[in-house]
Formats: sequence, C-alpha cells, structure tokens
Amino acid sequence: MSITNILVAGTGGQGVMTATEILALTAVAEGFDVKKTEVAGMAQRGGVVNSHLRFGEKVLSPVIPAGEADVLLAFEAAEALRWQHEVKPDGVILVNTLKLAPPVVSSGLFSYPDDPVAALRATGRKVYAFDAGEIARELGEIKLINTIMLGAISDHLPFPAAELKERIVASFRARKPALADVNARAFDAGQAKARAAA
Amino acid sequence: MTAALNAPAGTSLLLSGNEAIARGAWEAGVKVATSYPGTPATEILEAIGLYPGLHAQFSVNEKVAMEVAIGAAMSGVRALCSMKHVGMNVAADAFMTYTLTGTKGGLVIVVADDVGLSSSQNEQDSRYWGRFGHMPVLEPADSQEALAMVKEAFEISERFLTPVILRATTRVCHVKAMATVGERQAPAKAEFVPEPQRWVMVPGNAKNRLPLMAARDKDLRAFAEETALTVVDEGNDRRIGFVTSGPVAMSLRETFPEAPILKLGFSHPLPVERIKAFAATVGALVVAEETEPLIENELKAAGVPVRGKDILPLFGELLPHVLAAAVRPLLGLPAPAAPAAPAKLFPRPPTLCPACPHLAVYHTLARLRKKVLIAGDIGCYTLGAGHPWGALDTCVSMGASMGVALGMDKARDAEDRDKAVLAVIGDSTFLHMGMQGLMDITYTGGNVTVLLMDNSTTGMTGGQNHPANGRDLLGNPAPKVDFAKLVTALGVPPERVHTVDPYQLPVLDRTLRQEIATPGPSVIITNRPCTLIDAFERHKPFHTDEDACTGCGKCIDIGCPAISVSRRETAVRKNGKEVELTFARIDTAICTGCGMCVNVCASEAIVRDEPAAKEEAR
Repeated sequence: MSITNILVAGTGGQGVMTATEILALTAVAEGFDVKKTEVAGMAQRGGVVNSHLRFGEKVLSPVIPAGEADVLLAFEAAEALRWQHEVKPDGVILVNTLKLAPPVVSSGLFSYPDDPVAALRATGRKVYAFDAGEIARELGEIKLINTIMLGAISDHLPFPAAELKERIVASFRARKPALADVNARAFDAGQAKARAAA
Repeated sequence: MTAALNAPAGTSLLLSGNEAIARGAWEAGVKVATSYPGTPATEILEAIGLYPGLHAQFSVNEKVAMEVAIGAAMSGVRALCSMKHVGMNVAADAFMTYTLTGTKGGLVIVVADDVGLSSSQNEQDSRYWGRFGHMPVLEPADSQEALAMVKEAFEISERFLTPVILRATTRVCHVKAMATVGERQAPAKAEFVPEPQRWVMVPGNAKNRLPLMAARDKDLRAFAEETALTVVDEGNDRRIGFVTSGPVAMSLRETFPEAPILKLGFSHPLPVERIKAFAATVGALVVAEETEPLIENELKAAGVPVRGKDILPLFGELLPHVLAAAVRPLLGLPAPAAPAAPAKLFPRPPTLCPACPHLAVYHTLARLRKKVLIAGDIGCYTLGAGHPWGALDTCVSMGASMGVALGMDKARDAEDRDKAVLAVIGDSTFLHMGMQGLMDITYTGGNVTVLLMDNSTTGMTGGQNHPANGRDLLGNPAPKVDFAKLVTALGVPPERVHTVDPYQLPVLDRTLRQEIATPGPSVIITNRPCTLIDAFERHKPFHTDEDACTGCGKCIDIGCPAISVSRRETAVRKNGKEVELTFARIDTAICTGCGMCVNVCASEAIVRDEPAAKEEAR
C-alpha cells in the first residue's frame, strides 16, 4: 500500500500544527501507521511553518521525500508558492488566498508576489484557491479558518470526509459544545468552497 | 498536555518523541526529573511533570538540574535530567565527576541535539560526551524506541552503576509516531547511605575510582557486543551495508529498501567485533551518522575500511535525498535529479509579537545605535539583531551578555571610548547564568548598563515559569525572586537600579540615556509580561486615522507586526525638497491595544477603537 504525503504550510500562529494534528489523529483512527513532523522552534514568532504528515501501512522517515507531497494545504498564498515544488506534478494544492506580508515586505525591502495563485497554476499542478477568511467572516468567527481549511482538504484524503468532520465536531462537543455547530458549518463551507474553486 | 498521561498499558497512540520519553521515564519508576527549557527538549519535562508519584522541576540552569538529579540518584532512586545539546556544556562540571563516582539509583541524561539548527546557536554532537565521560550512549530512532530505550537506559545505569546518555535529535523529539505504552514500575525506596570514599570526590578517593571506571568501560564494551538494542536489519542487496544510529536509520531504509543496515541502538561503546562481522557480509561499508564522524573514526582506528564523511555532509540532517545523492554513485547509479528549485520569494524571518515589550527596548536602542555597543543574549530578544532594529552586536551563550559586555568595556581603546556598553538579557537567562556575570561587572567596576528585560516567563521555549515569576512548574504560587533587590545585593548601587514600564517609550529612552551617560554599572529592569502568557492584559485595539496620518512612518519603525505600510507617497516640502512619506495601517485583529505606538505619533493619528470592537479578546 502506498504512503499518503500531506504538506501543511503557513506562518507562525495560523494553526498549521493544530490542523495537521487533527488530520494525523483521524488517520490513526482510520488504522493507518502515522508519522508527523515539523520544525517548530522559532515558528511561533511569525516565521515560516510547515508540517509533514505521512500515513500508510508502514511509514519509515517522517519527512516527505523531496517533491513527493500528494497534497499541499496552504494557509497563506505566498507560503503555497514557497512549497509548491514539494508537490508531485499530478498533486493537489489547496490554498487560502490570504496574503500576509511580513515586516520585511511592508517596509519595502522585499516585494510580495503579484499573483501567487496564477504562479501556482503556472506550475501545472491542480490548484484550488479560495478565501477562507471570507467564509470565516460570514460565519462570524475568524478562528474558524482552521476548520474551513480541513473542510477544504477533506475531498483529497484516502478516507471519507465525514470521518474528519466527525472528529472535529466531536472534539468541540467535548470541550466547547457551543462551537460544535458552527464548526460543522465551517467544515462544510470549506469543502464546498474548495470544490467550487477547482 | 500529553495524550499518554491517562493511557492504560497496552494502548497504542500518537506520541511525540518527547512525550514518549516522558512516559517511558514514568513507567521506569522515576522519582525525580529535572531540566532547563531548551528546544527541542523542553516538552520532556513538561510532560513528566503531569504524571503522579514523582517530583519534576525546571531548575535555574542545566548544572543545577543535573545536581538535583545526582542527589536523587545518590539516594538510590531513579532520576532523569533532560536538556538541549548546549545545556550539556553547562551541566558537564557535575556529570564529569559523577560518572567517576558511579551512580546508585539509575541516572539517565536525556540530551536533545538540534541537528539542522532549527533553534540553536550551534550544532554540537552530544555523542562526544559518552566518549569524554565514559558513559554509554543510547540512540532511539522514533517514539516507540524512545519510550523503550528510556526504560532500558535505567536498567543499564543500575546494572553498570553509570549515568547513561539517551541522545535524541529534533527529528525524534518533535516527530509524532505511534507508540504502545506500558505499566509503571514502582519507584525504589530512597535512602542515602553515607559512603564518603565514593560520594566525596577528593583526589585520594577519586584516584581509587579511576580503575573502577576503566573496568566499567570494559564491561560496557562487552555488553555493546551482545545487547539487543543494536540490531541488523537484513536486506537482499549486499553491495553496500550501512552502520548508523538514531533517525538516520529511517531515512536509510526509506532510501535503500534492500540494503543491510546495522543500527546501533547502543552506540557507545562501539561493538567493533559485531561491526567487523557485519562488514564481512557486505561489499562496501558506509557509516551514516549525525553529525560528526565518531563511529567512522573509531572503525578506521580499528582497521575497518569504511566510507563516511568523505561522501556525506559533516553537518545538517541526513535526510533521504541527502543520502541518495551521496551513496547512489557508489552503486553506479546516477545521483537523483536535484529537487526542483523553490520559487524565489521574500524571506519570512521569525519576529517579535505584537505588543512584545522587547519591541520598546529595541526601538529605543535602534535610535541610540551609533552611541552604543550591545552585547546580546539568548531568548526571543536575540531577534533584536534583525530587521528593523539591527540592535544587537553579539550572541554567544546563555548569560554571555554580561561577561562579553564587561570584556568589551575593559578591552576598549580610543575607537570605542565614546560609546556606551550595554548588556541585554531576559529574566530567565539572567537567572540561568547572567547574575554571575553581573557580579563580575560590579566587582570590577565595569562600565556597563544592563537591560534586564523581565517578561515574567521563559518566552522563547513557550512560556515556562521560573523562580522570579512567582509560579511553579504546574502554575501554582511559588516564592518569587525580586530582581531589583537581587541586583542591588549583587553590588549595583540602589540609585542605579531602575524599574521601567517599557510601553512608556519616553521614560525608557530618558532612563537609558541618563544611565549610559553616567559611569559605573547600572541595571534597567523592564517589567511588562510576555504577550503569550496569562499575565498579559489585552485592551481594545487601535487603528490609524487616515486623515490625521502625516506619513512620517515613525510608528512603523517600532517593528510591531500589527503595524504595516498602507501606502507610500513622494511629497514636496515648502523648501522644494522631496520627501518619502510612509502611511501606516494597524491590523486590529492582532493589535492588543498596548499603546506603545501612540507614544511616537505626533499627529495623534493612532486612536483606540470606539465603540468597543466586537469583543474584548480572550
């Protein structure tokens, strides 16, 4: 059986590691051998964060081999561009179109790419671009972006989207029941938005 | 938080290497666990601290942590001391002698090497300490092995009466993988039995221990030849056989599925006979080790022909693509195609948080840049060296800002006479090893102004409590060191000790200018908490009034990530001179309302959100 390689990318504080953790735990529940790795150290301070998730019958190295990611889930547009070369030519890139310019950009030392999504499409890989923030604002809570992103990736996993959704909703039901419903809606909205963005 | 805390024996779950080490220690019946926070080891002690029936603590530094663990082990119970690689340098004074006395209760030193340098000042290879200190070294490759090896390490420690090093790397500590947990073994009964000839290491006693340690080395070498911790993972393609340890074994198996691999779970002392026997069954022998050529050199010294660092890099991780590029040519295969080049993009360096009190310090120092030499230290505030402040001249080791500043002061000649020397240090780092240096400054009349940036936590490693923030490991109230009294007691004249609210930029600026203009040692303590801890108070955010903003850009110079450039314009002044205007925007989603930027806005264009933004965050 082959290994599924998922690369999750974003910037410090966006919830990249939390999202990957939820995907990992769902893969465990589905009976896969799972390994997850990230370089965390200074990432909390607004730097580049990426998280590797691998699962299958037996996973050896936790690090996705160069250029072998099946799916890239990017929480920020330029971060998708930063890691696109790690995605297989026939792989999938799901990207939140949010643009976060770090101080080195806003101060004029560097420039932010004009159209990162177009640059992603130009690589020939399948790109799903959507504004997760817009969905979150419609639902009235910006913190829902994590669940929206997981909804977006849910059609691209070797297990049913419903399993992932149930894990997220159940965890909210257990800890913050008031947020269970809105997270369920966020998941659905993310899934629908990614489908429409194909 | 650790998923393993309440997991019954036999449960298989996803655990980080650090969580697995913690669980393994608890299962081994550890009675005392100690550490000082440091990436990638921090979470080991945090997780152990949650288990019942033991004492766990972050000590002020790794040396004290080691000594606490030694005291417990001398009393006959099992003790674990964990730290990052550079912590071993601090702790070495203690364990380099304790290895000579030999232990009673099991003592396991868990050291986490930052191979690949994700968050450290160097990449030293801790396996050297095994050679230097005559201690066995165990190296897990993943979480399951980490859990099992901690327990095995205690057995070895008590069987051979030696401290044991469990060497992990970032790629073990921070990788989550499946691990099956076991039962807790009851801790041994503690009883300190006086044995002065052993526990009192004066020369006469130490001399008697040397032959015993040499005999132990021999026993450990024999054990290395038979232990099940070291395994041969067979393969059908015998052209190349690998000798390796730790997570490199995973990369090798991934890259060369059919190659025989001798994996050293017990990597020091080296089982030379076993490796010779293995070498006889393969074509070429390649040693793949992170990072120094220790195994390789020992094998060469034993007359075993090997390849190693002649083809593999001397630093960084040996990931699959690195191994493939180095080894495939030996098999007559083309090196793999170079990985596709990443897009050319702006960098995204880590930065200080919105409202971080260090912003105030670096904003102030940046404006004094030409007048000061700034000796820095280790913590979030090392980021002050970067954009946009560029306000740090050195970073060496924990607490080094003090000694380095003093050295600069004592050594300087005419070229730097007009400059003031500053030392910049955080609260936890000051407690770790900074106050000793301050004593040197006061004792020798050093002309150094110390900025003690007290943010009430160990910030860089995720917010651990320490003896000066009034909280213990689990957040319960604890005695609290008073920094102002402490530095006064260390010899700084009371009138030269100032506690300043860093958000009051003009006060900070004035105090700093006054202190650097006055000879002799002084200490300025900034007292705002880290924005990531509970003690930090959030307020309604600010926004910029577009009409009032004059484009002076002064608020942007603070470097707060909540403030960015909205637009640039070129304007012509009355005198005909062209000026570049930079207008600012505040991201109200991340602004915490600290008000630091209001201090620098002469046009009153930074105003608080009214009425209240949706909610008072948190």
